[in-house]
Amino acid sequence: MGSTRTGGRGVVRWRAAAATCAALVATPTVAACGSDGGMQINVYYAPEQNFQSVIDKCNEKANGRYEIVYRTLPRDADGQREQMVRRLAAEDTDLDILGLDVTWVPEFAEAQWLEEWTGENRSDAEAGVLEGPLSTAMWEGKLYAATKNTNVQLLWYDERVTPEPPETWREMIDMAKDLKAQGKPYEILFTGAQYEGLVVTYNTLVASAGGKILSDDGTEVVMDEGALDALELLKEVSSSGITDPSLTNAQEQQVQQAFEAPGSNSAFELNWPYVYAAIQEANPERAENLAWARYPGIEGEGPSRVTVGGYNLAVSKYSQHKPEAFEAALCLRSPESQKFSAIKDGVPPTIESVYTDVTPLDPSQPEDAATNPSMATAYPMKDVILEELEDAAVRPLTPVYQNLSTITAKVLSPPAEIDVEETAQELRDGLQKALESKGVLP
Amino acid sequence: MSQTVVTPPTTTESPKKPGKTVLSEGKRAERRLGWLLCAPAAIVMLAVTGWPIIYSVWLSLQRYDLRFPDQREFIGLENYIAVLSDGYWWTAFGVTVLLTVVSVAIELVLGMLLALVMHRTLVGRGLVRTVTLIPYGIVTVVAAFSWFYAWNADTGYLSDLVGAQAPLTEQIPSLLIIILAEVWKTTPFMALLLMAGLALVPDDLLKAASMDGASAWQRFTKVMVPVMKPAILVALLFRTLDAFRIFDNIFVLTKGANDTSSVSMITYNNLIKGLNLGIGSTMSVLIFIAVAIIAFIFVKLFGAAAPGSDQEGRR
Repeated sequence: MGSTRTGGRGVVRWRAAAATCAALVATPTVAACGSDGGMQINVYYAPEQNFQSVIDKCNEKANGRYEIVYRTLPRDADGQREQMVRRLAAEDTDLDILGLDVTWVPEFAEAQWLEEWTGENRSDAEAGVLEGPLSTAMWEGKLYAATKNTNVQLLWYDERVTPEPPETWREMIDMAKDLKAQGKPYEILFTGAQYEGLVVTYNTLVASAGGKILSDDGTEVVMDEGALDALELLKEVSSSGITDPSLTNAQEQQVQQAFEAPGSNSAFELNWPYVYAAIQEANPERAENLAWARYPGIEGEGPSRVTVGGYNLAVSKYSQHKPEAFEAALCLRSPESQKFSAIKDGVPPTIESVYTDVTPLDPSQPEDAATNPSMATAYPMKDVILEELEDAAVRPLTPVYQNLSTITAKVLSPPAEIDVEETAQELRDGLQKALESKGVLP
Repeated sequence: MSQTVVTPPTTTESPKKPGKTVLSEGKRAERRLGWLLCAPAAIVMLAVTGWPIIYSVWLSLQRYDLRFPDQREFIGLENYIAVLSDGYWWTAFGVTVLLTVVSVAIELVLGMLLALVMHRTLVGRGLVRTVTLIPYGIVTVVAAFSWFYAWNADTGYLSDLVGAQAPLTEQIPSLLIIILAEVWKTTPFMALLLMAGLALVPDDLLKAASMDGASAWQRFTKVMVPVMKPAILVALLFRTLDAFRIFDNIFVLTKGANDTSSVSMITYNNLIKGLNLGIGSTMSVLIFIAVAIIAFIFVKLFGAAAPGSDQEGRR
């Protein structure tokens, strides 16, 4: 911004020029530093506290044939995607393994940036993986990634306020209204800001109501009866005075903070499993009474079908060490690695057998909740997660998911002002244009 | 993002009129040397400004979505039709114009006051000027983040102060906060440019006017403003061009939610997030055209002197 005018001081200008030249000359050297020594496999992955330990173990197994290097991506999903997309579009050969959010696989595959998984690699990557998460790694019948971890939201509640959790949204809304009338904590917290989280909430509601937003092949907008019911419900929840007043500002973090704040007005929180660990420190008193249950379903439609999140590992088409990259990726998401990440970082595994694994982290030592935890001690909500995962809902699989999400979030905001018919029509028009990638994004 | 290369208007013919005077051998060699010495700089300039502009115009005429590399084709003006017939674009355009007009107007008034203060300061003039410039020296994103947290319901002191629960979740309050952040940030720049103009006003003129019985207000409007006009116009031109491309404040404060996107913001969404090079480039070109029109209006109609030209405005 603004103009940069450096008066008439020749010396200053000369010095600036010299500095620029020096910088220009120095840059390639710096960039080249990384490539000497043995073979490096660069993993571009979101920040995850103990992922480095997983990498260290896999490096041990590689036995010096290659070295996996953790390149941390930005914390926010948009930032992660942008960095990878920008570099892939420029055919950057430094990217070997890519950590992809479950909604990006079709997009990256369609853009021809991913190497397909075939033969033995494919059967290894598919072995024992739950169906929902696995479908997020596929595009047009081919496997383009190996599932690393999955994620589902649960219903978190306070046992002191509601000893019995609601099973459906109807029950939950009624309970919230009763609690409010009795002057007890009553709010239902969920992600209502104009962003991906609102789309996740809406997708769960649509799937739970037995509806569809897009056709199965992801080429046409359906927006059926179930999708309309979900709009109706979203509007009701948001406009009946039973959620947080700053709902339209609430992302995961705000939802979590609102639930764990001392003297919180909330009774229910719909959020990812990481809140279990977060609340232990933030509000020990509430943590003691924290309980969880399956995400509420829709009256008359059976149990909920919850949207899966999580990450997949893919191999870049521009990687120069593809065989090693496949091998490294398989190690990073092996059952042992997934178990380690679940216990240490709270990310739910995608391999079913890990959920029933009873051996502690270090099998040679006796189990201990503090020093040598097992899945059962560190991950008490694993059964509910597994139950939800068994009939999970997947977000529409399409290369233009980003556009769909941006438009859906925009049209649904603010949820309290949804007009079922009008909003549905707006969604149909906007999504159809987005599918053709012709429209303009807001 | 958007290029804002303002082509300087054709300057008045050089005093020598090269076609008519016959140059001596030495003069011609000197001139050739001059051209040769200029050439590298000129070529670099062309390469870094001219080529991207041409390339984005070329991209804007294609259907080119990075996610569908096989569908790339030349489609003429279809992208322009898509963008110009789209509600989101015009909303963003309206927001941008509103933000530009309101913030530049406020900045002009405040900047003028600040310039008068700085001009009249007798003691510690350098210190006063430096202090005034501090907001302009702070990185916009950093400043925007502190505004963001100040207006956030959970962490903010300002939102408590005005009793609003979450001002950044509604359109009008968000726009006001964006304007506030813009004004706070760039008023010093405006003031500095205006102060340069104030220095042009001869003291004798002011003294003569007051001898003739002109009040302070009359001296300001009838003497100072006319003399300062070129400086005012240049300041307005710079700030309008800058304000029209507003991006960072919005990006941090609202991310464009609740209809607060500017044209730069929406271009970023389509180009970087949406990976739609065709539509995104179309928007870049449209911003370029809008900026060129603003510059044209200022230079041709108001007679602002383009920076670098030797005349001081054409009054």
